Amino acid sequence: MADGIYDVIIVGAGIVGTACAEEFARRGKRVLVVDRDVLGGGATAAGMGHVVVMDDSEAQFAITRYSQRLWQALRPELPDDVEYEQCGTIWVAADEEEMEEVRRKHEYYGARGVRTEILDAGALKKLEPNLRAGMAGGLLVPDDVVLYPPCAARYLIERAQRNGAELRLGRAVVAIGEGRVKFADGSNLQAKLLVNAAGAWATQLMPELEIKKRKGHLVITDRYAGFIWHQLVELGYLKSAHSVSVDSVAFNVQPRRTGQILIGSSRQYGAEHKEVDHVILARMLARAQEYMPGLAGLSAIRTWTGFRAATPDKLPLIGPWPKDSSLFLATGHEGLGITTSLATARILVDQIMGAEPEIPIEPYLPSRMSKESVHA
Amino acid sequence: MNETAPQRFDVLVVGAGPAGMAASVTAAECGARVGVMDDNVAAGGQIWRGNLEDPEANSWSGRLRAKGVVTLFGTRVFDQPAPGCLLAERADDTVELHYEKLILATGARERFLPFPGWTLPSVMGAGGLQAMVKSGLPVQGKRVVVAGTGPLLLAVAVYLRKQGAEISLICEQASWSRLARFGMGLLRFRKKIGEGLLLRKDLAGIPFAANSWPTAAHGTGNIESVTVLRGGRTLEIACDYLACGFHLVPNLELPLLLGCKLADGFVQVDELQQTSLPNVFCAGEPTGIGGVEKATAEGSIAGFAACGKQASEKDELLRARKEGKQFASLLKNTFALRLELRNLPTFDTIVCRCEDVTFSRLHRNRSWREAKLHTRCGMGACQGRVCGPVTQFLFGWNPDSVRPPVFPVRVESLAALSKPASR
Amino acid sequence: MPSPICIKVNGVEVFVPSGASVAVAVVMAGQACRRSVSGEPRGPLCGMGICFDCRATIDGKPHLRSCQIACAPGMDVKTDE
Repeated sequence: MADGIYDVIIVGAGIVGTACAEEFARRGKRVLVVDRDVLGGGATAAGMGHVVVMDDSEAQFAITRYSQRLWQALRPELPDDVEYEQCGTIWVAADEEEMEEVRRKHEYYGARGVRTEILDAGALKKLEPNLRAGMAGGLLVPDDVVLYPPCAARYLIERAQRNGAELRLGRAVVAIGEGRVKFADGSNLQAKLLVNAAGAWATQLMPELEIKKRKGHLVITDRYAGFIWHQLVELGYLKSAHSVSVDSVAFNVQPRRTGQILIGSSRQYGAEHKEVDHVILARMLARAQEYMPGLAGLSAIRTWTGFRAATPDKLPLIGPWPKDSSLFLATGHEGLGITTSLATARILVDQIMGAEPEIPIEPYLPSRMSKESVHA
Repeated sequence: MNETAPQRFDVLVVGAGPAGMAASVTAAECGARVGVMDDNVAAGGQIWRGNLEDPEANSWSGRLRAKGVVTLFGTRVFDQPAPGCLLAERADDTVELHYEKLILATGARERFLPFPGWTLPSVMGAGGLQAMVKSGLPVQGKRVVVAGTGPLLLAVAVYLRKQGAEISLICEQASWSRLARFGMGLLRFRKKIGEGLLLRKDLAGIPFAANSWPTAAHGTGNIESVTVLRGGRTLEIACDYLACGFHLVPNLELPLLLGCKLADGFVQVDELQQTSLPNVFCAGEPTGIGGVEKATAEGSIAGFAACGKQASEKDELLRARKEGKQFASLLKNTFALRLELRNLPTFDTIVCRCEDVTFSRLHRNRSWREAKLHTRCGMGACQGRVCGPVTQFLFGWNPDSVRPPVFPVRVESLAALSKPASR
Repeated sequence: MPSPICIKVNGVEVFVPSGASVAVAVVMAGQACRRSVSGEPRGPLCGMGICFDCRATIDGKPHLRSCQIACAPGMDVKTDE
């Protein structure tokens, strides 16, 4: 790594860092990506790998929708091991109250050009026979996708490398700012542009960032082809993602191309260690079994945890850091890092290179955090 | 699924092989309430599997029954939900097992190495084929090549021949000089000399080659022949079974899950067989691959120690353990894997059998973790038990931390943890 | 000497010694226990329940390690064939 030759240094080789590298490199910048660990680690390695539209807010919808389209455009070029599967999502309604929410979402998405289909109890049962009897119905979002993120990150960095980008793994960064990245071994490198894409560890470099770790658990089973066809999520998932302080679990299960079933999800604040928490794992699985009783007898091969990077307003931080003209952020993606990685890269580089971003960028600007702090 | 009531023991023993049997019996004879569990349907572990013809095995077995040790067969530990408590799965339920003292006697498993054709049906471990024959597989008149490394090869060849198999060749990768030193080394061990002489007699007539190993197994849908290297030349031998194993590796998953420290790749224990964790002891192969004598000596010492009692026949136990450790050392040096074996797999050879990951996809990775993430090697059902030792030998990778479940279990068994363990 | 047991492997009757494991029955039936991820036929490797290459569907339950399960009369074993 020679000093002074890079236009951009990106800290973090997860899905967001590698997406940014690809974008910068394609648009002519000399890029270096560094990470203290492996390629595609962190939440990229741990997460469910979904590419979904969400309607929690206009801003969340805008970025997830835009990014999902970018993934669709990339699909033909993705290698097989990225396992891109357009299995779709079904938001499952357990009762009439949740069916109201289904209808609201259907209208919301319909008005914004996203294909969805309301399923009544019978239609739901036909599509997903292993859901327990008595579900009220659901909302099918056929364009939602599931993929395998570590291989997607590898694909993105390889594309970037073909455009001259460099990757250095096993290099821990201890400080970032003022045109300089400082490594744990004492050495440093300069670049005009620095990007903090360190996910749940972004605050180690910048303690002033309002990012909190939200721990999640996942379980994967042996191969049971045909047990489940779509990603299934309970509507209560949103309540879980909303809660800012309480440990929560929500039914969220996904088929992998291998035929294995990925079972989630859980959210905890304040849990810093990565050990599996037995009680919350069990709660999560009990919840999953409530929705799909057949899960009970399946063979669970592995469990693991990961940390999502959560911001107070649940939107990512994409753009310049007001206090340092060399420093940019691409972090704070909570559970939507895979989904919004491509859009994050696109709008970040648009901002830097003076191109007009395709969606409004204000909701994601890091400067909103400073304003909030001022007002607090 | 029903959950049975939690069971409580003064001393809980995991594994009912020689070490576990010795530990259970000893602790029970000290007056403790003892439980011993094993995945298998009966006691004996691997070496005493089946009808326990061995008089020593029978003796332990009798004492186990006499002392009312609670035996839990078909039972697999998969997690520790709280200190002093283990969760285990059985065919129809899970069971919570509470203990004051825990003795880990989880034994060892065979080490396999990949070579072209090693995934063909009827290519098994040496102990693997022996276990299958003990489980009823007929080998009368079948041609078997036994290959790999370690004293297990000889024991297996003798056993299979007694069952009517025709042993075409034993291929031992160790060199003649190492084996000669081993033979000399055996002279130190009183019992081993006797066993060695018996073995010599039983092996009469079976071709044996040192400096020899398989380079490829051939066949469509099943093995038909194996090519071996012998005396610097390759030689193709038609066979019905290839029994191929490269000595043993310790079962460390549960000790690691609990947090036991390792030393040199084995569980670190003090002179009372206590691990780095108070209340947790370890005996047998997980502290060093040393065979039955070491296992029963260590099991007995652990049993006494777990009860806080002075060992009766202490001198004899200490002597047996010391010999056992020396024997372990001798085994380790004699049967160390030669580096040429790293060249056995070709680019297309499958290395991770659960996920069919080939050598070509693996070798570019820098670590076990990176390989896991990018190829899924080690993420399959065996949880790295086969490919972990393989990749450690081929690439020098060390496995990462162990998470529950240490054995694949039903989803409902993991969900059972939602009630905090009762105390 | 106990008489042999009859079980079904992929619909075909197989007679095995009493106490034999299901893996033994599958091997005696000339079948592979499973197909690997890339479609290779596989049989038992370790014989002691750790390699998972002997997995088969026994009486409707998939992914059971057949080397660890004793045959019972009338058992219905299905492999990946």
